[in-house]
Amino acid sequence: MVDIPFDPVAGIPPAEVGEVELYHPRSWWTRYVFSQDAKVIAVQYSITAMSIGMVALVLSWLMRLQLGFPGTFSFIDANQYLQFITMHGMIMVIYLLTALFLGGFGNYLIPLMVGARDMVFPYVNMLSYWVYLLAVLVLAATFFVPGGPTGAGWTLYPPQAILSGTPGQDWGIVLMLASLILFIIGFTMGGLNYVVTVLQARTRGMTLMRLPLTVWGIFTATVMALLAFPALFVASVMLLLDRLLGTSFFMPTLVEMGQLTKYGGGSPILFQHLFWFFGHPEVYIVALPAFGIISDLISTHARKNIFGYRMMVWAIVAIGALSFVVWAHHMYVSGMHPYFGFFFATTTLIIAIPTAIKVYNWVLTLWRGDIHLTVPMLFALGFIVTFVNGGLTGLFLGNVVVDVPLSDTMFVVAHFHMVMGIAPIMAVFGGIYHWYPKVTGRMLNDVVGKFHFWVTFIGAYAVFFPMHYLGLLGMPRRYHDIGETSFVPASAHDLNAFMSVAALIVGFAQLVFLFNLVWSLFKGKDAGGNPWGATSLEWQTPETPPGHGNWGKELPIVYRWAYDYSVPGAVRDFVPQNEPPSGVAAQGAHP
Amino acid sequence: MAVALILLLVAIASVLFHVYSPWWWTPIASNWRYIDDTINLTFWITGAVFCAVIVFMAYCVFRFHHKEGRRAAYNPENKKLEWWLSIGTAVGVVAMLAPGLVVWHQFVTVPADATEVEVVGQQWMWSYRLPGKDGRLGTSDARNISSENPLGLNPDDPNGQDDVVVQNEDLHLPVGKPVKVLLRSIDVLHDFYVPEFRAKMDMIPGSVTYYWLTPTRTGTFDVLCAELCGVAHAQMRSKVIVEEEKEYHAWLEKQQTFAALSSQRDVAKAAYKTGSE
Repeated sequence: MVDIPFDPVAGIPPAEVGEVELYHPRSWWTRYVFSQDAKVIAVQYSITAMSIGMVALVLSWLMRLQLGFPGTFSFIDANQYLQFITMHGMIMVIYLLTALFLGGFGNYLIPLMVGARDMVFPYVNMLSYWVYLLAVLVLAATFFVPGGPTGAGWTLYPPQAILSGTPGQDWGIVLMLASLILFIIGFTMGGLNYVVTVLQARTRGMTLMRLPLTVWGIFTATVMALLAFPALFVASVMLLLDRLLGTSFFMPTLVEMGQLTKYGGGSPILFQHLFWFFGHPEVYIVALPAFGIISDLISTHARKNIFGYRMMVWAIVAIGALSFVVWAHHMYVSGMHPYFGFFFATTTLIIAIPTAIKVYNWVLTLWRGDIHLTVPMLFALGFIVTFVNGGLTGLFLGNVVVDVPLSDTMFVVAHFHMVMGIAPIMAVFGGIYHWYPKVTGRMLNDVVGKFHFWVTFIGAYAVFFPMHYLGLLGMPRRYHDIGETSFVPASAHDLNAFMSVAALIVGFAQLVFLFNLVWSLFKGKDAGGNPWGATSLEWQTPETPPGHGNWGKELPIVYRWAYDYSVPGAVRDFVPQNEPPSGVAAQGAHP
Repeated sequence: MAVALILLLVAIASVLFHVYSPWWWTPIASNWRYIDDTINLTFWITGAVFCAVIVFMAYCVFRFHHKEGRRAAYNPENKKLEWWLSIGTAVGVVAMLAPGLVVWHQFVTVPADATEVEVVGQQWMWSYRLPGKDGRLGTSDARNISSENPLGLNPDDPNGQDDVVVQNEDLHLPVGKPVKVLLRSIDVLHDFYVPEFRAKMDMIPGSVTYYWLTPTRTGTFDVLCAELCGVAHAQMRSKVIVEEEKEYHAWLEKQQTFAALSSQRDVAKAAYKTGSE
């Protein structure tokens, strides 16, 4: 089956230039706070993202309380409900998932996995984190300003986002837009770093086709983010100008509370195009790193090479490219020209093919493997179930005419939570359980981890699988209370209550996870350098946690791809990427 | 084994939930049962794929679970298998996309004999306008909006004088007649959503959007707003009453035209003026 001739020394050019002197911290402050070390920045990014993520978790509890038991909680009204959904969505998509995958996992794993000492622009990398922190603080500040945070929905559609019928019209929306602008500035600094590091700082022998899929996922997602975020950036600036200076980029002639406004001539649809030109790639910006992480988790914990590596790489690249020509499938009922529907439905369903290939290759990797049901592996299995489920419902919503009855209903909410909420978070958890030993030198507690997995997986599935059927029923999204209707039976309210209880339980399981993170830091089992027996470079560092500069005196040299597991004839069931080809290992090695 | 079993149970429970769930779409009241058919087709195809993937995964976990002495196979790729799977997926995609696009073509092709009805959304109520005897709606512009002319109709357009204006009341439609619903908003985005009709479309200030349908059964149906439009979004309700043509005309007779409404207001204004002088 190996149809590529193997030449272990190919792709290992002699070192042409000497190493650049690394920046060395001189004080506690520059070592741990204003650090330029990508590993410290990664931890800073992760802690900040998870902290603001906790706010989003609490908001989701409040929303579920309202939906499950409408009218019971007097402290939640329509205004607040809209503010909750807006902040929950924005935090989860941008400030948690994007920041955690790229700023957290990206910063930690890219230099280690490609065999570099650090990111290529450490100072810019540090700035990236501090600007991100500022963006998070501005976002959090909206909870405390007069009028509270904006309740425009995370899509922030004008005109309502900046008119007085929407909560947070005064301060909330202005700070939200300012925070987004800051986030994008911060991300761009980090993102350029990740891309240049992957392209320029790979160690000798680390060809592109030997990169672990995690790096491929994060790299492609970063390139996409660098191309997509500018659309959100200009949309935010223009909307801010409309709100503060009275320009009319997105504002046609319209009436506000019975009074004709001074706006005129703008186009609300233009905002939607800009937003989704960012927003759709954003889905894959979150998904591709998850794809990569899951590929590596499955391969490592099934002790088997990832099936169809080259196809996996091309699928990532194809998905990345195609995701820029599907954005208007979020706008089938927006009132854009209906003929666009033909084009965007076709492109959207085509993207299902490379995505399906990835799923097939994951499950085919399990076939004839040696499956260790560790916590990371469990999360990978959970990822596949939720991702397949959410991906398949995407085929409903992508097929333009099927989208017409389902758009703006709970079906959409269920779909995107399954595919870009639960599934990527499964990848985040799997990744944390997998790499925590490298970051801290200690294992996370296994029993607590398994409890965390089962409650999260079964609980989240119980929340979001039935939710599709409320959408089929016709229940619209963004309603704090469905009220009296002729088409929603009383049993649907019971279902809502059930989902709310499940959501509360899932939320509490996350507190257990946080406890595990802290407890294991001090009491966890000693991990050693390579507890999973993994092949990729980050597990081959001379110290654990890796020291400043990652590799001691000499950079590693890479002789093989990252998936030499269970190579026939080899003594151990894994061959690290930097193991020279002498001896038995050579015979099975794949490029 | 527990893990494999639970994965299998997730697949089985999902299928059982789908089959036995009492929560399903409301009985249709328009000609768009093709949309429902396409959804059903999509359920069959995606459901089969979902079950196949999960069952295969559960089997792998069951069969290749780590035991002392087990060693994984080494097979980097299998071009043939990968191509067959890709082709199979492509066939499945075409099977869903092709009927979808055919139905979409019907959805965007308005029949020539469709009568026009205008729905106007504003925070947070619905208004309706039907063409008068001339069968044509007059033009409108947000700049014309005033307390006397809340929908912003053009007072100088002769086509608009006999338009029937329905405010704060239910919309009536005759059964079996194709209708082109023109959608307009005077403030923010709204979306005219009647679950039984299956169709929906956003309304955008500054443009007129549309969709068409033929009501197929009589009854009273809820109108909801499906595009977030501010704090009272959930309370923006109305009703559509689909009835036999005779009853519809009886209702239509009782409605007031734009001209009548404006002249009433003029009379009222004049009376107010003379009274105050």
